[in-house]
Amino acid sequence: MNLQLLLIQVFNGLVNGAFYALLSLGLAVIFGMLRIVNFMHGALYMLGAFVAFALGQTLGLGFWPSLILAPLIVGAFGVLLERTLLRRLYGLDHSYNLLLTFGLTLLLQDLVKQEMLSQFAVSSAPYTAPASLAGVVNLGFVVFPKYRLFVIAVSAVICLITWFVIEKTRVGSVIRAATENPVVTRAFGINVSAWITGVFGVGVALAGLAGVLAAPIYSVEPYMGAELIITTFAVVVIGGMGSILGSVVVGFAVGVLAAIGAALYPPIANTLVFILMALVLLVRPNGLFGLPEGAR
Amino acid sequence: MSAVTRAPGAARHGLGLWALLAAAALLVLPQVLYPVLALDVLAWGLLAVAFNLLFGYTGLLSFGHAAFWALGAYGGGSLLQHGAPVPLAMLGGTAAALIVAVPFGYLSVRSVGIYFSMITLAFAQMVYFLALQWTDVTGGENGLQGLPRPGFLGLNFDSNLQRYYFALAVFALGLYVAFRTVRSPFGLALQAVRDNEQRAQSVGYNPQRFKFTAFLISAGLAGLAGTLFVFGHGVVSLEVANWRTSGEVVIITLLGGTGTLFGPVIGAAIVVILRDVLSTANLPVGIVTGLVFVLTVLFFRQGVLGTLSGLLRRRG
Repeated sequence: MNLQLLLIQVFNGLVNGAFYALLSLGLAVIFGMLRIVNFMHGALYMLGAFVAFALGQTLGLGFWPSLILAPLIVGAFGVLLERTLLRRLYGLDHSYNLLLTFGLTLLLQDLVKQEMLSQFAVSSAPYTAPASLAGVVNLGFVVFPKYRLFVIAVSAVICLITWFVIEKTRVGSVIRAATENPVVTRAFGINVSAWITGVFGVGVALAGLAGVLAAPIYSVEPYMGAELIITTFAVVVIGGMGSILGSVVVGFAVGVLAAIGAALYPPIANTLVFILMALVLLVRPNGLFGLPEGAR
Repeated sequence: MSAVTRAPGAARHGLGLWALLAAAALLVLPQVLYPVLALDVLAWGLLAVAFNLLFGYTGLLSFGHAAFWALGAYGGGSLLQHGAPVPLAMLGGTAAALIVAVPFGYLSVRSVGIYFSMITLAFAQMVYFLALQWTDVTGGENGLQGLPRPGFLGLNFDSNLQRYYFALAVFALGLYVAFRTVRSPFGLALQAVRDNEQRAQSVGYNPQRFKFTAFLISAGLAGLAGTLFVFGHGVVSLEVANWRTSGEVVIITLLGGTGTLFGPVIGAAIVVILRDVLSTANLPVGIVTGLVFVLTVLFFRQGVLGTLSGLLRRRG
């Protein structure tokens, strides 16, 4: 295969990787801090795209305001869910969170489907990138769509900021303290419950952001998160559940590896990530960057 | 997962009576319900019973039982396509699920909790993509259509009713295997592992081996259930391997009652009938099933049978 084609594949892989990284980052934040396995994450990603689409249709808002507003709306929706529903399950086994969010996924997907059909008379809709990001960039060795480079850049920056906040700042240490020892943290006058809600909201907003970014590439469709979420789970398992660094690194790496794999042997494209996962688990049951269950 | 824990002796009281009632209900089911739907109840019910061996009795939430259901469906379906008689197709489908369960189970029972769920989910996705890609055997997106229905021992399987009663016999066999598994020293050891793995280990059990064996039995029964489903419809669609199937079996089991032997069958009846009503009433299935699931997880975790037997126990 020629080198140029391979490079294009690598770049396309980075675009997919950007979405894997953003989504698995949100999952890692939510799981690492709250021990919630958020099966809804794919549906919330879809909701981000749908909200951007709906804002455009009803209020005439373009891509840029939606890029800010949609994640905020999705994040607020997440806060509402945490306060009203997820909260009730904290004393129980973690699996119940998975089950609840699975049910909510079915609900949300079909609600959006109904909404799209009744309000906008479409079952899926294209979403155009802003004019300033239209066209291509000549990177010297390859020509690549500007919007896709933008997606890679945004994802990388957001991942870096999130990692920095959680690992290096006081906010991060408060969150970690609140989740590792809520009683003592509360004794220091910190409102643990509010922090938990906030963290969940931020994690969910990340999914919403990924959705808005995805809309111009994949178009808006109620089930757009359905297959993606499974791949993202595999990424999270490979990286080590709850590991911020693992989710970002593995997110991008899986995107690129899958793209190269697909170029060499097309049928493997969608399966490669699961094969990788099985291999990693054989060697390291807690993922590449994960700690053993008891170590937390 | 600490599912609904039940006193070991509680259900023995009046067990024979309950078994008779259940048998009677299943015998008349195709008289009150369209037989193909009634057969769906059996197939989904057996899948949920199989899943519950892991979830309710061993504490392992498999989120990938679609894999074995699909292996049974495709295995049985392609055997039928190649002219195998019905019982052989069912045996073959079950065997396909069992064989694949060996590596899957070996790898996944080393993990616990949510890790186990994630790994089984990923394995099921491998099976899904295999079903999608291996078009020579699976028909890819089109699935396997118009499967033959050879008769067996003078039975005519073009008759919906005869098909149902044959399936009921197979179902009963599967349920018996599950019953023997649960009501045996092995089954009690499984529950010990579920309730406290460390303690089970300290009295000399090997939890890993127990979980692996339970995984195999569960996968085999799920495979058998998959062949029943195909036997009922005469087609295999790619949908059998979809992750939604893995989730639906959890709904069915929770709704009927985890950690009860027959609860999942009741759950299957409710979901199959509900889905049928919704599709004819032109209501969005996902919204209603999603809502039922959310409410069950939040307020009704013991399920129909768990709640009922709780009520009975309180009275008696």
